[in-house]
Amino acid sequence: MFHQGRPDELVAVDGVSLRLEDAKVTVLRGPSGSGKTSLLALIGCMARPTSGRIHVGEREVTSLPEHFLTQVRRRTFGFVFQQFHLVRGLTALENVMLPAYPLGGSRKALTARAQVLLDRFGVGGRSRARADWLSGGEAQRVAIARALVNDPQVVVADEPTAHLDSKLSVGFMDLVAALRGEGRTVVIASHDPIVHDSAIVDRVVTMRDGCIVGEGP
Amino acid sequence: MKRPRIPTWLERQRYLLDFTLSSLGRRKGKNLALASLYTLVVFGLASVLMYTQALRGEALRVLEGAPDVVVQRMVAGRHDLIPGDRVERLSRIRGVQEARGRLWGYHYDASAKANLTFLVPEKFWGKPGEVVIGEGVARTRLAAPGEPFPILASDGSVVVLKVRETIPSTSELVSSDLVLLSESDFRRLFGVPPDLFTDVALTVPNEKEVATVANKIRGQMPDSRPITHAEIARTYEAILDWRSGLVVLVLAAALLSFGIVAWDKASGLSADERREIGILKAIGWDTSEVLAVKVWEGAVISLSAFLVGLLLAYVHVFVTPAPLLAPVLKGWSTLYPSFRLTPALNPFLVSTLFLLTVVPYTVATVVPAWRAATTDPDAVMRS
Repeated sequence: MFHQGRPDELVAVDGVSLRLEDAKVTVLRGPSGSGKTSLLALIGCMARPTSGRIHVGEREVTSLPEHFLTQVRRRTFGFVFQQFHLVRGLTALENVMLPAYPLGGSRKALTARAQVLLDRFGVGGRSRARADWLSGGEAQRVAIARALVNDPQVVVADEPTAHLDSKLSVGFMDLVAALRGEGRTVVIASHDPIVHDSAIVDRVVTMRDGCIVGEGP
Repeated sequence: MKRPRIPTWLERQRYLLDFTLSSLGRRKGKNLALASLYTLVVFGLASVLMYTQALRGEALRVLEGAPDVVVQRMVAGRHDLIPGDRVERLSRIRGVQEARGRLWGYHYDASAKANLTFLVPEKFWGKPGEVVIGEGVARTRLAAPGEPFPILASDGSVVVLKVRETIPSTSELVSSDLVLLSESDFRRLFGVPPDLFTDVALTVPNEKEVATVANKIRGQMPDSRPITHAEIARTYEAILDWRSGLVVLVLAAALLSFGIVAWDKASGLSADERREIGILKAIGWDTSEVLAVKVWEGAVISLSAFLVGLLLAYVHVFVTPAPLLAPVLKGWSTLYPSFRLTPALNPFLVSTLFLLTVVPYTVATVVPAWRAATTDPDAVMRS
């Protein structure tokens, strides 16, 4: 619930009960304003529910202080945002390394890990290019590499194909298939048919007005 | 939860510092302008503080050789020449080890447009007809050892003396405008009768007796004014404090405007900076880590500006003849002796400057950054 008790109070997600399985691809589908992004933020420990509980594995995380919640979030989840949200002025490589800075560790090892990820997603040659010089497709691949740098179990993506053409969107789903192949759990919020009709999706959860209104494979 | 190992903590700080430096580099123009302004303020403040402190040091060094008590004769509230028989009377006062009549005075030298100080030292090492001059005098009169030194005497005649040498000095501040000469030449030049002196210098070995001696003098010679060593030191201090106070007052205005600019910069995070903070939070940075970056940012700007400002001030005061401050702080009206101050960097001065500049700026950056850093990480998803 946003702006609780104020005239512009908004219930974004209401009465939702959802259990996500390991190593599966789940898509949250629904029109704009249906609550997909808000639910994704709750799943990824980015926001706390006004009421209700969230468990990550066996651990109840809703009541954790911010510092501990951040630790859970950065070790468990990797995020791909709709606008990709790369830091302008930094290189692609530095952007990928960014989520790992607070964890410390050897710079050499981190640089190597980030470069391997960029190579894997076909943008290794652009590692020294500044984020603002990347094309939409390249920026998205860099964003996915960034989401994986801390080796998270769960990848959360919000409308990842919104700014991509069909070919790049299909390419993105191939990358998702690869992630699932590694045993990672993937949760995507999208109303793009290329995403929710894809054969690699295990489960589609349909939302409307903040509620789950349907489920299917 | 386990506490992070020290190396991990250090590595993390290194990453955060690296990010800070690249972040500063990305907003080069803005940060450079701010750092330059900051450097200028530190430079100004440090110059004034260093300069007055060095001047104070010089003055105190000179005072070390000053007499314990100086006795002047007053006529109608003005300093007048003191009769020679008083020297004998003063030396008989209990507690006074020695009394010595002194001869000194000022002379405006129209050719050099400078005010010179003439003094008969206790033991003048030259012969009558010779003078020993300060470096400032040598410079303004273009006089070198062996050359004639003409002076317009009080009776209108020109007395030509000869320069014996320039003064070997420990403090150029006081000796620069000095002309040392024999007693007979002094009396001839200024028309001072043989039984009169400018003042009398007393030696009082016991420091605790100085005040008592001064009181006795006031009692026995009501028209005299005893001036103690401590009073001279206090006068020097007061003059220097007053002068530096004036300059600091002017600089306070600069400091205030800098404060406003810094506060404005720090509190008015640009849209780009806010976006960046949002991204960092969203990809898993903690509020404390975002804050650490902002603290580093403030510390890098303020520390480098502080060090550069301090270094420039040091060069300005001790290497160059402090062209920006000398006319105000030295206080010479006609003769500007260009002297070099003894370099000194007082830890108290450095910490005062640090407290006045670095600490307020860092605080000014942290508060608004904390406000921005406490945004919800999901704000980015909704933007």
